[in-house]
Amino acid sequence: MVPLHYYLVLSGILFACGVTGFLIKRNIITIFMSIELMLNGVNLSFVAFAAHWHALSGQVFVFFVMVVAAAEAAVGLAIIIAVYRTRETLNVDKVNLLKL
Amino acid sequence: MTSEANLHLSWIPLLALTGATVNGFFGKRFSRSLVAAVALAFCGAAFVWALVVVSRFSFLPEPVYSEPFAQWIQISGFHVEFAFFLDHLSLIMLLVVTGVGFLIHIYSVGYMWDDPSFYRFFTYLNLFMFFMLTLVLANNYLQMFIGWEGVGLASYLLIGFWFTKDSAASAGKKAFIVNRIGDFGFLIALFLIIQHFGSLNFTQVFDAAGRLPTETAGAGTMTAVGLLLMVGAAGKSAQIPLYVWLPDAMEGPTPVSALIHAATMVTAGVYMVSRSHVIFERAPMALTVVAIIGTVTALFAATIGITQTDIKKVLAYSTVSQLGYMFIACGVGAFSAGIFHLMTHAFFKGLLFLGAGSVIHAVGGEQDMRKMGGLRSKIPWTFWTVTVGTIAIAGIPPFAGFFSKDEILWKAYQSNWVYWFVGLVTAFITSFYMFRMWFLTFFGEYKGDADRHDSHGNDHGHGHGHGGVHESPMVMLVPLMILAILSIIGGWVGIGGRFEHFLAPVFQTGVEAAHEVEPHSSMEEILMLVSVAVAVCGLALAWLLYVKKPQLPKQIAEGMGSLYRAVFNKYYVDEFYARLLVKPLLLGSTNILWKGVDQGVIDAALDGSATGANEVSDSIRHMQSGNLRSYAGWIAAGAAAVIVYMIWVGTR
Amino acid sequence: MLHLTLFLVFGAVCLAGAINLLVQRHPINSALSLVAVMAALAGEYLLLGAEFVGAVQVIVYAGAIMVLFVFVIMLLNAGEEERTRGSHIALLIGVPGMLTGSLLIAWVLLHHSGTEAVGIGALPGPPKALAQLLFHDFLLPFEVTSILILIAILGSVVLAAKPEPSQEKEN
Repeated sequence: MVPLHYYLVLSGILFACGVTGFLIKRNIITIFMSIELMLNGVNLSFVAFAAHWHALSGQVFVFFVMVVAAAEAAVGLAIIIAVYRTRETLNVDKVNLLKL
Repeated sequence: MTSEANLHLSWIPLLALTGATVNGFFGKRFSRSLVAAVALAFCGAAFVWALVVVSRFSFLPEPVYSEPFAQWIQISGFHVEFAFFLDHLSLIMLLVVTGVGFLIHIYSVGYMWDDPSFYRFFTYLNLFMFFMLTLVLANNYLQMFIGWEGVGLASYLLIGFWFTKDSAASAGKKAFIVNRIGDFGFLIALFLIIQHFGSLNFTQVFDAAGRLPTETAGAGTMTAVGLLLMVGAAGKSAQIPLYVWLPDAMEGPTPVSALIHAATMVTAGVYMVSRSHVIFERAPMALTVVAIIGTVTALFAATIGITQTDIKKVLAYSTVSQLGYMFIACGVGAFSAGIFHLMTHAFFKGLLFLGAGSVIHAVGGEQDMRKMGGLRSKIPWTFWTVTVGTIAIAGIPPFAGFFSKDEILWKAYQSNWVYWFVGLVTAFITSFYMFRMWFLTFFGEYKGDADRHDSHGNDHGHGHGHGGVHESPMVMLVPLMILAILSIIGGWVGIGGRFEHFLAPVFQTGVEAAHEVEPHSSMEEILMLVSVAVAVCGLALAWLLYVKKPQLPKQIAEGMGSLYRAVFNKYYVDEFYARLLVKPLLLGSTNILWKGVDQGVIDAALDGSATGANEVSDSIRHMQSGNLRSYAGWIAAGAAAVIVYMIWVGTR
Repeated sequence: MLHLTLFLVFGAVCLAGAINLLVQRHPINSALSLVAVMAALAGEYLLLGAEFVGAVQVIVYAGAIMVLFVFVIMLLNAGEEERTRGSHIALLIGVPGMLTGSLLIAWVLLHHSGTEAVGIGALPGPPKALAQLLFHDFLLPFEVTSILILIAILGSVVLAAKPEPSQEKEN
């Protein structure tokens, strides 16, 4: 039997890895993937709690998270393509036209 | 003390105020004649009503009359009201102010006819009348103070009437500021009176003061009040050390000098001291100080008058000197003599100033006596009236000045022969320089250039090339004639002690006069003869130096060298004040108040907050770096902070 | 026992994939490790008795979203990452911040949670019950998310469309 907090610790570590990738990676697509990693960690946490409290609405919420993740991934990648067309680079440090 | 009859005293100042208001607001659109008509009408109406009031007053059972007007300050334990008050003292002042004021109004119509700011002049003149009447008719110190300050304001406005001229503007400022210094003393005296007596009303204060013992020790509240009141009087009546504004005040038009700086405003100090005689009689030390100030000032100013070349400056120093006489009278306790001299002085000094104005008008604006001369035949009316004034001021009987000056000298002799002696010397000097002025102006050869049709003379605003020396118009001459008549007969009211008897209800209250009035003692007659002889000596000396041997003055001046120069430069008093007071004040104000406080603290606070906001935003703007990763970093940091907070709250 | 072992195995795969995502320089490698993470997570969901969610995870997440990612990587011919100077803030504040947050969470969880265990398939979760919940209690969010997807589709089509030749000349 696995205690609840094992799941939660795993979820937390996944989330932390996602944030770290979000901060230190330079390729924009990789940054997006870190975001997905974060969302996955959160999903795990939802499902673990759903099992713990015997409440199915936790799983329903996972659906919604997934839907939103999908929509966001689609739009985000479209933006990346548009940016790539104009800036010819995927390095997020080079997309700095707003720099002073 | 209020009678059943209502004399409508309030109308007198209010008429003057109405004149000022009408001319002030609408005068610009009026024609000259209309402005003059308005001003003369209201001033004349005030004079006529004053006469009516006086005649009705003489039928009242009591020699005092009080007419409340409105309430002003009403706090527990302290009341001040606006009220008008008439007794024999203010009656004399009232008649002098309205009468002489009205004559000068008439004169000004002629004198200022060519001035572009005609209406402004009459506005200020009526305004001055209003304040002076408020001062004279007040029944409490605070209302008197309103009038006091108001005449100072009117004086400033009128001295600086031609304000585009730097010297005139500065003279106006000087007058006001020096006055203010005196007013400060006056105010402290008022505070002491409030603290001691709980009221500023004349009747209440003097009743309470009358019950106090005399402070012979030379110290105490009454002495303090008396000294401080004298400070105020010294400022307003141009005594040492606050006389320095009066000679500079000659920058104003001549009617102004006549009205304000000869007849009325400068006498406000004498009036105030006389009104407060109850307090002064309780403080012999203060009275001594008053007498000493008067004595020193009289002599001091007279010596300066010897060397002046500007006709108006001679008269200015003469005014300071004559005011000194009035203060001598007050200082020895002879208040009625002081008021008598005030009245006669108003007549002959007003006459002299107006005459000087007529002379200046005649020669096209020139004021330097060295450029005049021989005007006797060219402007005869002016000549004769000024002659009357000169004889009156020299104290030669039977003209007015003799009676009042002699009264003062007699009372001074009874107090302390030093006062009398200095007064006598001053009378000699007065006679000398007045006749010097007379000779220089009217006798000898004409040394000026008005006959050469110069239309620009000087910038007194009065240089109009009429073409040659000409007599003044009738509108200017009639007041001269009336004042000349008054200068002759004005002194006759004092014969036989009648004047003193008239003022007895005012001055006989409280401590008995230290000296009984002895009519016609032999000593008095001897002294009379001495002063007349002295006056005649002055005339003779002036004749000698300026008619018989005109080269003598210059030789004497060169012979005296530095002494002459010192006197000619007014003993360098102005320079002394500038070095001692004005310069440090300016330095302190510039460095400490301007650069230190205004720029350093106030401006710096404002600029500093602006700069601070600038710098703060400057450092924060680096957040908007355009760098996506820094945005990511801030987001993560913010999220972490929120999480930490939520955990902290959740685990409490 | 089996439960624990399976959990640890799947957990280890998750962690390995996550760390690999961070470490790899080429984005395609990162994408593939992310797929591995998702697959392991699906396993975790099964352990928790959420079969439907696990299936959906594989189908939607790993099967659609990650495929999209791989498509885009290949479309844009993303190469290896260059080393560029980034921002200081991210490294200075972000990483330590998140580390702190995570450690805090971990500490809290380890100290305060009970030792109740979750068994395999503890939750009765047939899809029927889920559907009941979804279409009855959460109907409004469901409809809204459908509109959201519609908008996302429209948006991505517009954003990623090839510009018109006239627009290109303007650029």
